[in-house]
Amino acid sequence: MGPRPLRIIVCIKQVPKAQELQVDPKTQTLKRVGVPSEINPPDANALELALQIKDRRAAEVIVISMGPTVFDESLERGVGMGADRAVLLTDRILGGSDTVPTAYALSETIKKIGDFDMILCGEETTDASTGHVGPGIAGHLDIPQITYISEIQIEDDSVRARRTAEDGTEWWETTMPCVLTVNFGCTKPREPTLLGKIRVKRAGVIVHWSCADVGIDPNKVGLKNSPTIVAKVDTVHLPPRARKVFHGDAKDAVAKLLDALLEDGVIAL
Amino acid sequence: MAERFDAIVVGAGPAGSAAALALAREKFSTLLVERGRHAGVKNMFGGRIYAWPLFDLLPEWEKDCPVERFVSSEHMVFLSGDASLGIEFESPRLASGKAASFTALRPKFDEWLAKKAETAGATVVTGIKVDDVVRDGSRFHGVVAGSDRIEADLVVLAEGAMGQLTQRAGLLPDLTPASVSVGVKETIEVPAPVLQERFGLGDRDGASYVFAGDVSGGARGGGFLYTNKTSLSIGLVVSSEDVARKKLEVPALMQRFRMHPSVQRLIKGGKVLEYSAHLVPEFGLGMKARYVGDGILVAGDAAGFLINNGYTFRGVDLAIASGIAAARAAVDARKSGDFTARGLSSYERYLRELNVLTDLETFRAAPSYLKNERLFTLYPKLLAEIAERVYTVDGTAKQKLSEVIFDEAKEKAPLLRLLRDLIEGARSM
Repeated sequence: MGPRPLRIIVCIKQVPKAQELQVDPKTQTLKRVGVPSEINPPDANALELALQIKDRRAAEVIVISMGPTVFDESLERGVGMGADRAVLLTDRILGGSDTVPTAYALSETIKKIGDFDMILCGEETTDASTGHVGPGIAGHLDIPQITYISEIQIEDDSVRARRTAEDGTEWWETTMPCVLTVNFGCTKPREPTLLGKIRVKRAGVIVHWSCADVGIDPNKVGLKNSPTIVAKVDTVHLPPRARKVFHGDAKDAVAKLLDALLEDGVIAL
Repeated sequence: MAERFDAIVVGAGPAGSAAALALAREKFSTLLVERGRHAGVKNMFGGRIYAWPLFDLLPEWEKDCPVERFVSSEHMVFLSGDASLGIEFESPRLASGKAASFTALRPKFDEWLAKKAETAGATVVTGIKVDDVVRDGSRFHGVVAGSDRIEADLVVLAEGAMGQLTQRAGLLPDLTPASVSVGVKETIEVPAPVLQERFGLGDRDGASYVFAGDVSGGARGGGFLYTNKTSLSIGLVVSSEDVARKKLEVPALMQRFRMHPSVQRLIKGGKVLEYSAHLVPEFGLGMKARYVGDGILVAGDAAGFLINNGYTFRGVDLAIASGIAAARAAVDARKSGDFTARGLSSYERYLRELNVLTDLETFRAAPSYLKNERLFTLYPKLLAEIAERVYTVDGTAKQKLSEVIFDEAKEKAPLLRLLRDLIEGARSM
């Protein structure tokens, strides 16, 4: 008998496509209605990483998300790519939740699914870029976490993962169950397949749960239980380029360029 | 994981969705696979659908079918140089009952029909390209998409004009420039009040224009214009053989066509929303296309079910009817437990009962007649010049109409040949 099937839960969010980002001038928040959407790209990288584990060994991949029912589009894509099933936590009282209630609500959903070995999240979302939710889930579940990973090795009950640090990569090791947050762009998410898309249409493969179904405390979610306040959204203007040209023969010009870069602190000896 | 269906339909255009809908109703477990992101997004046509087969398939179709406008006025316009000669036929009877036709936008219409198939129980999958048909000797029994292979008793190919799978299955010879035309279309936004006033239409009424004669710069072809709710569909269908031979640029032909004063007047002030192009099968029954094989049926454009007789362009109605016929043949095959070509042979009978084959046979000669270049160069010029002479009053001595016609014809077209072309035209059209 091979190793027991792993249960991998991948948390995904549906976000407006990066090229389509628009800020509502009134509310100063992102427009989410009527804009083309996709799976948050780092989450798609996480899902691909989970499916690659499933390609190699017995594993069940479950995709979960929290949001309105239009998020089904992304869950369908996840199942089409090869996930076994999907759960959408959807409830009006969740509206306006920031990362604090979201991490709580998702951790309760994960508990309800139960028997999990690994939880994968994207490192952050492309629409809000907080990177809070993965670590938040680990906190609520009180299990170890490795953030910003791009590679996973599994041996018995332990997981080794390559973590991207400021100035290089590190290998970390922990035991399952654990939370891993996955680097944007570390995998190439596969396309949905015909069999996957047929499975999407089967009853019970994608289910909707309400807060009551999961046992989520209504007093811990929603806009009024979210500490984040969006005060202002600004466009960042990049400083103009210096447009310096270094003249002279190649050797002199390069020497001048190096001096200038050293002086500005762009490079160091 | 092994997946199996009773029937797999390739292509969620009108033919495929009609077949899947009718099959699902007959309790076939049915898979409908579409390459586009949604049904209809890759599809293109002139703009009008003859409704008759919908009465059969969905008796209550009018309730929610995304109709743009019911066509109540038909126009035939001969263009020549900067002149034009038009014939108009208006009747409320054109816009109601079984003879009704309506303008539509394919992303909406095809999505609607595919939804009907899904509601009837078909599994509808979009965004997947079928790469091949599974065959065992001459017997077809499934499809392949990527690394997935799915089995079925029956495969219905409704993949459209290109017919790649139909060719792979050996049911359609390679397409040649002579067997396909190229269709180009612009969708032009015109506000409803402007549109209705310009064409003299009520809220739900629509107009259809067929342009003949010197439409496409000496290439054989025709033009069309249909009114939608708040846009016009205008375009050309041009012989791809001529485009290649005469080294013509299709966008330039389109530009020339839309700049004709009689066309410009109809579209002026409109904003181009969309430009599209598509192949139009013109092989009809002329090519040795087969539409029945062991475990396989071909429907719609892929089978060449399209009629262009010079004054009506029909494709969607024939496609829907052929989808219905395919499902009926499948029921017979299931009864006899035989999905080979023999068990499916009633397809042809149903195609005949629904007048798909009969109409194709009636207009069998039209495609080759419409290849007569004189129709696109000499005769429209003749017509325009006759009209010009008849309507010109400038103090010079006038001739009787018959004298003008005789005079013009004598000069430009040998009378015998003109007569022969006329008789042949009447016969084939």
